[in-house]
Amino acid sequence: MDDPFEEARLERGYEQIDDQNDPVVMVLRHKDVRKCAHQWKTFQSGAKPGRIVVPSEVNIRDTRQIPFEVDPPEHGAYRALMEEWFRRPLLPDYEASLTDIIDDIIDGALQTNNLEVVEQFALPLQSRALTLLLNIPHEESEVWISWGTHVFRSDDTKLDASKATILYDYIDTQIEKAISLPGDDLYSKLLASDFQDRKLTKEEVKGVMILTFAGGRDTIINYVTNTIAYLGNHPEALQLIKEQPEICNRAVEELVRYFSPLTHMGRVVKEDTYVCEHAILKNTRISLCWASANRDASVFEHPNEVVLDRKVNPHVAFGFGTHKCLGATHARQLMKVLLKSLSKKVQSIKIIDQKENVEEWGTINRKVGYDALNVSFHSN
Amino acid sequence: MVIINFKTKDGQVISTEGRKGSLMELARDNNVKGIDGDCGGVCSCATCHIYVAPEDTDKFPTASDIEKDMLEFEDNTTEHSRLACQLEINESLNNITLTVANE
Repeated sequence: MDDPFEEARLERGYEQIDDQNDPVVMVLRHKDVRKCAHQWKTFQSGAKPGRIVVPSEVNIRDTRQIPFEVDPPEHGAYRALMEEWFRRPLLPDYEASLTDIIDDIIDGALQTNNLEVVEQFALPLQSRALTLLLNIPHEESEVWISWGTHVFRSDDTKLDASKATILYDYIDTQIEKAISLPGDDLYSKLLASDFQDRKLTKEEVKGVMILTFAGGRDTIINYVTNTIAYLGNHPEALQLIKEQPEICNRAVEELVRYFSPLTHMGRVVKEDTYVCEHAILKNTRISLCWASANRDASVFEHPNEVVLDRKVNPHVAFGFGTHKCLGATHARQLMKVLLKSLSKKVQSIKIIDQKENVEEWGTINRKVGYDALNVSFHSN
Repeated sequence: MVIINFKTKDGQVISTEGRKGSLMELARDNNVKGIDGDCGGVCSCATCHIYVAPEDTDKFPTASDIEKDMLEFEDNTTEHSRLACQLEINESLNNITLTVANE
């Protein structure tokens, strides 16, 4: 995968783009991205709901995503309610269940001669794994799979309000069910949580759940699909993981750096300031471009190569600072189990056909994944 | 076998024994509170922040620029801060006590 940000990153360190008449200055250099992420008082997340997302979702969403669209100190208070739950992927039982899910999907893939990875592999994998994070029956994933690959986006428009409504209505229904019949699931856990001497409201629970569904959907699908394509094009990588399974952790970090499934995330500027000697006005937007920072040659040797056992890898693919990804533990566990299971069960992957998913950011085109990827898996 | 003690934020001292690998792995495998090691040791997350006592500083190689850059943006950083994932177990560390920076 090319690095389409290199020229702008080296020349000026930023790129200006329009987004529904609410322009964004994309911050491109690794050091600047981390610095701006750290400066949460200047670069705010707690703006109008939907505004820090690029493309902006202000026209399709009123619910604030929590803790993602909240600034400290409330951000920390919300996050403290959820940290332990979102670290459950490290428990042995969780890993074992995840392994069963992924093994089953790989076994199914080995039975077909032409597998479309996005719809038939990555989406079911992401959806079934999400039932573990929510601690609900696996069968519920069939509903989410039926929504297709994009919760918010359809093929011809960047933002699709009707698809967003499907998710919001679904979450409203699940919250009402959990109120009527509390269980051991995430909805019930959140509804029972104490926050600043009161219970979380339904709107707050909805905000956490929208984030949990939306934040981990396209990102994991892109990661999984890119990984399958990479292993298909680089059989030596699969072989290396087979021979040296101990590199799995580093391989996960390196692949997520290289693919950077989320290109960037926005912030709203609280005061007139500068980024890369470029004036940034109050109430405009910047974005922290993880994908560009992760290819910064001043930090990463051979940034455009996959070095599966890269030892030092300060990537920002899961964000950086206060707002680093809450679902990263789940995502990392999923990625690790996927690599391990593939290396055990699959000898080679043949690419049959592909259609790239290319994002347009102003004049910059970035391949983020695939709209379709047809392959065949071959067993040991 | 080398004995390494971790003093956590709540004042507990956890004594561990290790032979090889990083101090982050040793702490994480012994469930030392405040050492998460989310990124597995590639210097991407700073969830293994520790303080090295001044008299023990020389027992470790100096921090790389990448480690220093990670610590620059970390809460509670002092001149004694290190990332445990970047520090390998060795014989000279026997009976050392390291302080965990975060809860």
